Amino acid sequence: MDFTFTEDQLLFQDSVRDFLANEVTPERVRASWESDSGRDDVLWAQLAELGLTGMTVAEEHGGLGMNELDFVLLAQECGYVALPEPLVHTALVAVPLLQQVGGDLAARWLPKIAAGEAKVIVGIAQNMLVEDAHVADLLLLEDGDKLVAATQEQVTLRHNASVDPSRRLYAVELGAGATTVAAGEEARCLVAGALNRGALGAAAQALGLAQRMVDISVQYTSERQQFGKPIGSFQAVKHHMANVAVRLEYAKAPVHRAAYAVAHNQEIASHAVSHAKLVACEAANLAAKNSIQVHGAMGYTWEVDLHIYMKKAWALANTWGDAGLHKTRVAGRIFAEGAALGAGATFG
Amino acid sequence: MDLAYTDQQKAFREEIRAWLAANVPAEPLQTFDTEEGFKQHRAWEAKLNEGRWGMVTWPEELGGRGCDLIEWLVFEEEYYKARAPLRVNQNGIFLLGPTLMEYGTDEQKARILPKMATGEEVWAQGWSEPNAGSDMAAIRSTARLEGDKYIINGQKTWSTRAVWADWCFGMFRTDPDSERHRGLTFILVPLDSPGITVRPIPQLDGLPGFAEIFFDNVEVAVQNRLGDEGAGWSVAMATAGFERGLMLRSPARFQETAKRLVQLYVENRESADRDPSVRDAVIRSYLDAESYCLTTYQTACRLNKGGKIGAESSTNKIFWSELDQNMHGTAMSILGARAELLPHAPDAVGVGTWLDGWLFAQSGPIYAGTNEVQRNIIAERMLGMPR
Repeated sequence: MDFTFTEDQLLFQDSVRDFLANEVTPERVRASWESDSGRDDVLWAQLAELGLTGMTVAEEHGGLGMNELDFVLLAQECGYVALPEPLVHTALVAVPLLQQVGGDLAARWLPKIAAGEAKVIVGIAQNMLVEDAHVADLLLLEDGDKLVAATQEQVTLRHNASVDPSRRLYAVELGAGATTVAAGEEARCLVAGALNRGALGAAAQALGLAQRMVDISVQYTSERQQFGKPIGSFQAVKHHMANVAVRLEYAKAPVHRAAYAVAHNQEIASHAVSHAKLVACEAANLAAKNSIQVHGAMGYTWEVDLHIYMKKAWALANTWGDAGLHKTRVAGRIFAEGAALGAGATFG
Repeated sequence: MDLAYTDQQKAFREEIRAWLAANVPAEPLQTFDTEEGFKQHRAWEAKLNEGRWGMVTWPEELGGRGCDLIEWLVFEEEYYKARAPLRVNQNGIFLLGPTLMEYGTDEQKARILPKMATGEEVWAQGWSEPNAGSDMAAIRSTARLEGDKYIINGQKTWSTRAVWADWCFGMFRTDPDSERHRGLTFILVPLDSPGITVRPIPQLDGLPGFAEIFFDNVEVAVQNRLGDEGAGWSVAMATAGFERGLMLRSPARFQETAKRLVQLYVENRESADRDPSVRDAVIRSYLDAESYCLTTYQTACRLNKGGKIGAESSTNKIFWSELDQNMHGTAMSILGARAELLPHAPDAVGVGTWLDGWLFAQSGPIYAGTNEVQRNIIAERMLGMPR
């Protein structure tokens, strides 16, 4: 039993954190809101250079050959800066799906992903809309009981504006020429895996977002003075932030366990992911609620950076399965006859 | 990361499981908040110690097994699954014991720990005073050094287990000119000393689980001082740290409650679902108990590898005490009109121990430092907010 990350994993997290803190500033996120695509090719090339776009790509295809557990701490860091680029999607959803599909499709696209030369975007019915469909070189789409591959020429996109200006969402209409990648049970399994990995990515990002909102709020309430003191010295304000810290502290291990379960293809993976998604998004939603409160009217403005993180947290809570889906999955497991519950059952 | 038990951990689990299966009393003991129940629990501690299961984390030469924290968690899982008796000497073995090992002299360890291990000497806490609750640094009870004795005067209150315990530990003001947390000394006091009066305080369930202790010129040998004179605060903080931490409230206890809550819900689903919030509360309770377990394992693994426990451990107490309240409150909702019935009431069918648990859950956010104090600690020491 060893529930710790390796030195290498923690060092990688540190270096990615430093890189993102320097490069993905609130100013840069805001600049992306004003651009046509909302995406930054220079930044994507930098991420590729660091090996991040190919982190989960097998070594034979030019990647680093790492797994979901290796990436989960980096996904937290992506959340911390509200990274607009589809890096978490690439590493946790698109690449694993392509690798499961295998064959020519994988051999053709994985090296390009690792090199930062192509983006592959996955759309599943559960998400209604497809984020970043407009920058995809290849789309892998759930279509009825099939999984199909399509290029930009083979689809029509309809943009839907999100409360989070970083999120570029599209309804995707399939035209002629798309090819079927899998069908029936095989397609169903691939889509289910994509849902789990997407939910894992959302949960990990939610942890980072929650931490960012706490940090911003602690800083603000330490500086803002009323009644002759920093407002952060008042217990009413302290307790708002302490309540977030409690929920956040206990959401981390479930996310790490979910990453482990997915990486090791454990039977408990779906349940572990649902658990992680629920508690991490709940922590992020509480962070948003209490952070805007301690910011007072400033928190309600466009100018203060808090909303960059708050809005992404709100959006992530309902993508890759909303609370209804994940609670239903948990209920299905724990209310089943003969379910293994209680002390000693957690690790199977 | 490797989330599987080693063969050694699995064998340890089998060993404790077999011993408990053979030794846990078939009939639950009476509560240790009665005189008879206290005796029964004291005898159970002796039996546990005979099997060397009393304090598995203690070193072998003190009757323990030198277990690490993962083995401790495994032990607790089996212990709660077996519904073995609650630990009457928890103040001693979980709180004072580890503090003694860190701060005690060899003479103190040799004299005190073996009798603590067998349950021959059961320990009560003596922290709070009428005017020193959350503000523990306001302690006014005094200890005056005269020759090789301390002369103790004053009053302690909310002393858990004090009615039938043999000893108490606590802080006393040894420097009369001192203020706040300076000038306090940690002293161990035999409760049969002349000049001590113990007045039981009935708890919510009517039973005397705690008491007031009055000290009237009580003489205590200087050998019963733990740590240096005037250093009581730092010794006490170590005890409070253990209390909040892994030992006193391991996840197994709450996971077993969560499991019983799921079972209660499933058995009463039709009536329970008339209130749609109940299903959600059951799901949340279950997940929170699992989160508590996962987080505790992660912390334990980090500590096993030489990591240090930080200010984030202050989140622990709030998490489990609120979880415990939520679980029992949800069970009360499911039981509906039966929930208020005492277990021996003739029509109290299928009510289990939920009412007792509900009453006890009310104390969780209060004892061991109120949750409001914990929130201040989290905000100031973990988050770095201004004082």
